[in-house]
Amino acid sequence: MMVLDRMNTATTSAQRRLIFAHLTVAFAALFIGTFFGVLQTLSHANAIQMPPWFDYYRMLTAHGVLLALVFTTFFITGLSHLAVYQTENYPHRSIALGWVAFWLMTVGTVMAAYEILAGNASVLYTFYAPLKASPWFYVGAALLIVGTWVALLEWLLVTALWRREHPGERTPLPAFMVLANYIMWFLATIGVAIEVIFMLIPWAFGWVPGVDVLLTRMLFWYFGHPLVYFWLLGAYLVWYGVVPAILKVPIFSDSLTRLAFILFIILSLPVGIHHEFSDPGIADRWKLLQTGLTLMVVVPSLMTAFALFATFEEYAAKLGKTGFFGIVGSLPWGDPAFAGIALAMLLFIFGGIGGILNASYTLDSTIHNTMWVVGHFHITVGGPVALTLLAATWRLLPALTGKRLFSVGLARAQVWLWFVGMAVMSFAMHTEGLMGAPRRVEHYTYGGSAIAAAWQPYSLLAAGGGVVIFLSVIAFAIVLFGTIFSKPEITEVESARAFTFALARPGDNAPSVFDRLGLWALVAVALVIVAYAGPFYQHFSEHVYLVPGMRTW
Amino acid sequence: MHVHRLERVFLGLGVITLAAFFLILIALQVGESFKPPASSVTIDPTKVASTPPFDHPGLRRLPDGSYEAYYVGQVFFWQPSTLSVPLGAKVHFYVTSTDVVHGFLIEHTDVNLEVMPGWVSSATHVFRHPGDHLIVCDQYCGAGHADMFAHIVVK
Repeated sequence: MMVLDRMNTATTSAQRRLIFAHLTVAFAALFIGTFFGVLQTLSHANAIQMPPWFDYYRMLTAHGVLLALVFTTFFITGLSHLAVYQTENYPHRSIALGWVAFWLMTVGTVMAAYEILAGNASVLYTFYAPLKASPWFYVGAALLIVGTWVALLEWLLVTALWRREHPGERTPLPAFMVLANYIMWFLATIGVAIEVIFMLIPWAFGWVPGVDVLLTRMLFWYFGHPLVYFWLLGAYLVWYGVVPAILKVPIFSDSLTRLAFILFIILSLPVGIHHEFSDPGIADRWKLLQTGLTLMVVVPSLMTAFALFATFEEYAAKLGKTGFFGIVGSLPWGDPAFAGIALAMLLFIFGGIGGILNASYTLDSTIHNTMWVVGHFHITVGGPVALTLLAATWRLLPALTGKRLFSVGLARAQVWLWFVGMAVMSFAMHTEGLMGAPRRVEHYTYGGSAIAAAWQPYSLLAAGGGVVIFLSVIAFAIVLFGTIFSKPEITEVESARAFTFALARPGDNAPSVFDRLGLWALVAVALVIVAYAGPFYQHFSEHVYLVPGMRTW
Repeated sequence: MHVHRLERVFLGLGVITLAAFFLILIALQVGESFKPPASSVTIDPTKVASTPPFDHPGLRRLPDGSYEAYYVGQVFFWQPSTLSVPLGAKVHFYVTSTDVVHGFLIEHTDVNLEVMPGWVSSATHVFRHPGDHLIVCDQYCGAGHADMFAHIVVK
């Protein structure tokens, strides 16, 4: 218990309100986004037909934006606030910046969501120019991004205050992990901010006649791949910080944890061109260079896998259990939060293997823009990340509301349904993609093609998985609202202990260079220059035509 | 900083595997046996219909016996919609767009290109099997994306 007792777990009710506000937007996005998701799997399999006043691509845009961008960003930002509030001895004097960030993000989200639902922005969550959405969609996206920068500013300020009061000490791990993730996120979002603010908004308002299509794609993917690590590090915050606390063991290694996060700061950014293997205008040598860098970013995830299994082993050893089955069997599967997080880790093994395959352009020519890619990101962000966040909710709720879970059994069912549904749907999508089915298509006929007919059984299987995932969402909603609308039942101490971050074991201190986030951010910028100087030089030395763009939906 | 022996072994094996993957890709690129598409040819997207050879999309035979196929994508169709290709022909594809981004995927081949207005994407394929090859648009281009396809008949 010593590990827990050292932790400052108390949060004030004002802090909890700010976190709960983030979760509220996240869950609203989750419910709408997954409802559209299940409708998509059904209409993709031709089991239902979407009405013309609410077409497939409008729904697909809403699904992608609400789940991949809104749900993740709001949940991870709320969770990061909690991690920083719970950081030992951190001086929290004001949460005003946190609210400024929240409202910027929320106004941006509402603006973008309105334009999508009104049918003015069916450009999907990648918003590739020259598909031309309403300018307010891009303004909304910009506000959502800039809002997160304000949250980072708050965390940097309290960290600076803490450092002044604790000279020579290492930044405590929860705050360190949050800062590492958002520093990486800040460097990444500069790309999409330039794209949206200086290119897409002036063009969508009609102030400039055309847009440089390839440049928007390079800036988007400079942001788009680190975006997936932003999601992943949100999950890793739980895996490294909360899982050991649930198991009441210390963090496996302070140094390893910090090194893993530092490697993500450095290696998440210079890899975006692996999304553009099939684009013209980028020489093959730059594609090869970023392939190599992409393979390197696998290393911190291998480190994570080792650290987590070591944590499980340490927990099992306390119970006198050894061997693979002894360890797995001893884990607290009855705790819905733990069970969900462990299942999320299991899914990530397949997501990670798929990611390594995708990194090579030899395979890319087979699966590029096919359903394989859709299967891949559902078993990464839809599986490991989303399931970790949903499962974490089963401990966050008692911590934030002071109430007992409405039904532990239903919460347990929720994580298993999500796991099974996502595994089935993702398997079907991967297979469909290998058979050649393109992504982002409402329904395949291609004039009665036999090739397309062969994909249909897998479209149906994916729809089955989609329905199971939606059942999981219904279970989630029942437990969520059941808990919120019940009377307080647990003590303040129980509530404070429901969701905590573990600490390193006494005496386990990383080398001080591991704490120098500013230095590692500079290394990251240097590597970005190495990876992107060539492609950008090539781009600006060619004669590039600006494209007027149009609305094609 | 202490690093466990098993941790060194685990990470060492991981890094060696990743390095092997990368070395294979380097060998493929240096040996010219597989490169990703990387055309750097540009074209005025507003004048595609009057820019040869895209003013007459279709197949041309080259003196060395191989072929060039010029394709134009626009919402929501490919030109030419049907192309006849002799069995065993080596075809160099050149594809551009007049409006938004499209994707040029010849089913069950390695020809899979992002097609951007302002650029000419290219790839080469040898047709070794007779029959009908389906071409689809595999990049979302708008309301009629699902209806954008064409055929190559190999005989």
